[in-house]
Parts: sequence; structure tokens; C-alpha cells
Amino acid sequence: MNWASWADFWDMGGRAFYVWGSYGLALLLMVGELVILSKSRRTLLQRLSLMQNVAAEEETDETKA
Amino acid sequence: MGINWFKFSSPASFYGLAGKMIPWFYALAAVLFAAGLYISFFVAPTDAVQGEAYRIIFIHVPAAWMSMFIYVVMAFWAGLGLAFNTRLSSMMATALAPTGAMFTFIALWTGSLWGKPMWGTWWVWDARLTSELILLFLYIGFISLQSAIDDPRRADRAGAVLALVGVVNVPIIYFSVKWWNTLHQGSSIKMTGSTMVKEMLIGMLIMALACWMYAIGAALSRVRLIILQRERHTGWVTELLARGGK
Repeated sequence: MNWASWADFWDMGGRAFYVWGSYGLALLLMVGELVILSKSRRTLLQRLSLMQNVAAEEETDETKA
Repeated sequence: MGINWFKFSSPASFYGLAGKMIPWFYALAAVLFAAGLYISFFVAPTDAVQGEAYRIIFIHVPAAWMSMFIYVVMAFWAGLGLAFNTRLSSMMATALAPTGAMFTFIALWTGSLWGKPMWGTWWVWDARLTSELILLFLYIGFISLQSAIDDPRRADRAGAVLALVGVVNVPIIYFSVKWWNTLHQGSSIKMTGSTMVKEMLIGMLIMALACWMYAIGAALSRVRLIILQRERHTGWVTELLARGGK
């Protein structure tokens, strides 16, 4: 075992800033990318269905006229 | 001409196939990250010379590998799209770029946080660091160029030319530590010598595999968005939307 305690683990031999700064950013970017991807999927699907509904309505209007 | 090959080269069928594969890649990535991080922090011993800060390599090296590897794959798909006018391969190239740029940024960032305690500096303009920075600019250039062109097929072609020219940079990054006298250390993957004990090597390879699975999952998720966007006027997208996007 490398660590005597959790405090020892988080301290990283006095290099906590560098080690956790590295892993922290990597985690932030990867999770961030996944969040952005799922959000843009939702937005895109909403926008496309909206466009489709508008197109469908225009078509029925034209047939009525 | 293989039949199966061409079936999945149509965006419509690939959309479905990718949707089925994505959860598996994310699940694999999660399991591999858990195992890789456990080995990186609890199994791999403290480095005799570099202390605990060396543990940055378990994310730094895999991210740097991915940054180069994704670029080559991106240039390959872009080139294929340019040569054979295959839409899906161009879309795949576009989908890979942001993930590749992200890994390049992680490699640079973690390298900087490594450099400060080890070398006493955040940044030097040596061959390895400079060529990796150029890689980030190539990704950013590819993304901006494509988003600046409205016609998707023209954007694909312009991006492909940039991606293919930029591929020259990848061997420069890789061999820079051999060709020039750099501050960056040489390859750690050498079984001889005391720099790399077995547990460290295994930890690094598992982390690399995890990044790989993550990158495939993210790129497939993004390519599905691009497919939907570009095929929005086709019948199958209309049907898909009618089913609520499933």
C-alpha cells in the first residue's frame, strides 16, 4: 500500500496541486464533453421536430388554399 | 465489393448501428478507467526519483497518444471522404476533431503540471512541446475552417486538405525526443532500465485503453448528431423524429 491514510493520499507527497490539477482537468473536460453531447442531442431533436411540424403545417395550409 | 461494408456506409444504417454500440463503449471506458486509476494510485509504487508527482503520467501519456492517434484516424477518414466522395467518412472526421483537440489540451495541460515540479518550468519551446501545441492549432484550424463553410460537402473537402497536410506533424511529435535534444524525457515505454516497473506500464496501458473506448464513444455520439443534422430532409429522419428520436 502506498498511503498511510486518506490525508496522505490526498496530499500526494506534497504534489497535490499538480497531480489533482491534472486529473481534475481531464475529468472536467471529459464529463463536460459528454454533457455537451447529450444536451446538443436534445436540442437538435427538438429543433428538427419543430421544423418538421412547421413544414407539415405549411403543406396542409397550401392544400386548403 | 463486400455487401455488409456498404450497408453500414450509408448514414441511415450507421446511425442505428452507432446507437447500439455507444453504450458498450462508454461502459467499457468506465470499467477500464476504474481499474486503471486503481492501479495508477494504489498498485503502482512511488517513483524513486520523481516521487508522487510522476502519477500524472497515467493520464498524460494516454492523452498524448490519443491526441496523435485521433489525428491520424481523422486525417484517414477525411482523406477517404475526399478521394471517394463518401459522406459518412467525412462526417466521421468532423466528429473526431473536438475529442482529439480535447485530448491534445489534456496532454499539454498535464505536461505543464508535470514540468513545473520536475523541470522547474511550466513551458519551454522545445521540439516536443512546440509540435504538440501545433497539433492543437491544427485541430482548432480544422474545426474553425469547417464551421466557416456553409456547404457541408465543401467544408468536408477543405477540412480534408488541411487534415492531410497537417498529418506531417504527427511523426515530428513522436520522434522529436529522438531527433532533437529536448527537455522532454524520452519514451518511457522501455522494458529495460528502472524508469518503468511492470505495474506502472500496466496502469498506463489500461488508462490508454480507457481513453480509447471513451474517444470512440464520444466520436460516435457526435457523428450521430452530424448525421441527423445533414440528413434532416430525408424520409428516415422524418420517421425517426415521429418516433421521438429513438
